[in-house]
Amino acid sequence: MTPAELKYSKSHEWVKEEGDVVVIGLTDYAQKELGDLVFVNLPEEGDEIEAGEAFADVESVKAVSDVFSPVTGEVVEVNEELMDNPAAINETPYEAWFVKVKNVTEKEELLSAEDYDAHCANE
Amino acid sequence: MDDTLESILVCTDEVNLSGKETERIGYMLFYALFYIPKYELEGGNKKGDTMEKKTVLYEKHLEANGKMVPFGGYILPVQYETGVIKEHMTVRTGVGMFDVSHMGEIVCKGKDALKNINHLMTNSYDDMYDGQARYTVMCNEFGGVVDDFIVYRVNEEEFFLVPNAANVDKDYAWILDHQIGDVTFENVSDKYGQIALQGPKAKDVMLKLVDPEEIPKKYYSANFNATVAGMKCILSRTGYTGELGYEIYIDKDNAPKMWDILLEKGKEEGVIPCGLGARDTLRLEAGMCLYGHEMTENVSPLETALDIFVKMDKEEFIGKQAMIDTPSNKTRVGLKITGRGIAREDMKVYKGDKLVGETTSGSHLPYMKGAYAMAIVNKDYAELGTEVEVDIRGKRVAAEVIELPFYKRPRKKA
Repeated sequence: MTPAELKYSKSHEWVKEEGDVVVIGLTDYAQKELGDLVFVNLPEEGDEIEAGEAFADVESVKAVSDVFSPVTGEVVEVNEELMDNPAAINETPYEAWFVKVKNVTEKEELLSAEDYDAHCANE
Repeated sequence: MDDTLESILVCTDEVNLSGKETERIGYMLFYALFYIPKYELEGGNKKGDTMEKKTVLYEKHLEANGKMVPFGGYILPVQYETGVIKEHMTVRTGVGMFDVSHMGEIVCKGKDALKNINHLMTNSYDDMYDGQARYTVMCNEFGGVVDDFIVYRVNEEEFFLVPNAANVDKDYAWILDHQIGDVTFENVSDKYGQIALQGPKAKDVMLKLVDPEEIPKKYYSANFNATVAGMKCILSRTGYTGELGYEIYIDKDNAPKMWDILLEKGKEEGVIPCGLGARDTLRLEAGMCLYGHEMTENVSPLETALDIFVKMDKEEFIGKQAMIDTPSNKTRVGLKITGRGIAREDMKVYKGDKLVGETTSGSHLPYMKGAYAMAIVNKDYAELGTEVEVDIRGKRVAAEVIELPFYKRPRKKA
C-alpha cells in the first residue's frame, strides 16, 4: 500500500512535510526494484541539496544508484542508522527516512499516492 | 586438483540489471557489474523486442517471477523474488539451482583430438582418464585470452568443451581456423540444456534421483552415461560457486522436466532457484575468474594469476611464444575494502599517488558480509597485507591485499 499521506517524485522518492521540515526517503517500488540494499552514502548535516540533483546513493549487492532530491534546501538531520542497517530500506521503506530538510526554496512537482501508483504501473 | 585453485570458471561478460524497470529509479547509473547498454536506457529493451535468445527454461523463470535481464546473448534471471543475498546464502548453507543452459558445448573428435586440444589450450591434457575435466584458457598468438573452458575427456579420441555463452561463435570460428590433422569440431550448443545444482546439500538431492554408483566421486569429473530421474544426461561434479555441486547437461527437450523434478525432490533440502546475481557473487567470493573481467583478449593468463593452468613445459600451444617473449609484471590479487564503500569493476588502485592497478570485479559479498574485489596489479604491490586505495567514483577508499579465494568451503574429514 502506498501511504496516502505522503507525496512522491517520479524518480521514486517519497516526501513527507512536517511543518517547515521536509522528510525524504525511497519508495517501496524503488526498494523492490533495487533489491537487497547493502550500503548507503548520505550527505552531512548542514549540506545544501538541490531539487533534481543526487544527494545520496544506495548500493545493492550488484549496483549503485543515485537518490535524487525532490527539493532544494538545507539538511538538518541525517538518519545515520541507515548506514549500519541499509536493509531497513527494504524492510520498512516508508519509515527508513534518509534526511530532513529545512529552508526549502524549491520543490519539484510531486505526485499523490494514487498518481504515483499509476506512474509505477507505466514504468 | 588443489582445492584452493579449484576451477575458476566459465561464465561471461556483463550482466544488466535493468530491463526497463530499474533504469528510472532516481535515474541512477549502474556502475559495476550491471552495465546497461545505452539503447536500453533509452527504452530499447521493452519486452518482445530484444535480440536475446531464450533458454529452454525461460518459461520456468517467468513462472518463478525471475527478474529477466540480457546476459551473454541470452535473457536470464538476475534474481528471483528471494533476492540475491538469500539466494547466495542458500547455496553456501543448503542447495540452490541455476539455469546455465546458455553455456556452450563443442565436441572434438578424431585421431588427432588430443593433439588439437593440447595445441589450442594452455593446460595439458595428456594424463587424463575418461570423464575427467580440466579447466583451461585458450589464447591467441599474443598470449591474450580468447576464452576459458572446461574440457572433458570423453575418451581417447573425443573431448567435450564448455565455453562461455557470449563467446561460442567466436571460439568455434577460432578453433576451425586453427585445427590441425585428423579432427572434427562440432558446435552442439543448441542441443543441450544445462542445470547446476550447488551447495552442501546438493548430493542429498542427487541421491534421490540417481544410482549412487553413477554420481561422479571426484571434483572435476563427469559421468557421460548417467541416468538422472530416468533421463539420460551428462552428470558432472563441477560448478562456479566454490561449493560441492553438480552440473547436469541434458537434451534440451528434457531440461524443463528435469528443472521441475529437481525443485520437487529438493524441497526437503530447501532448494531454491538462483539467478545470475548470486552466481556472480558466489564465484567472486570463491575467487573465480569471469571472462571479460579478470581475463580478456588483451590480458595474458599469466597476468591474471592463472599460471597453474598454463603448462609452459608443454612442447607447444598457441600463445606460448608471446608469453616467453613478453613477460609481465602484473598479477591478480584479492582486495578487502577496509574503508567505507563498495569497489566495483574497472576502478583504479593506488599506492599513495602511484597508480598500481585496476579492479576487475567487485561487490558486496553476502557470506563474507563485506566489500571485496579482485584486481590486476603491479607485482610489487601484490604482497598480502599491502595497503592500497581504490578510487570509488572519485573518492579514495582504503583496501588491503588479502588471500584468494575469499571463501573456502569447510572440508569434511574423510
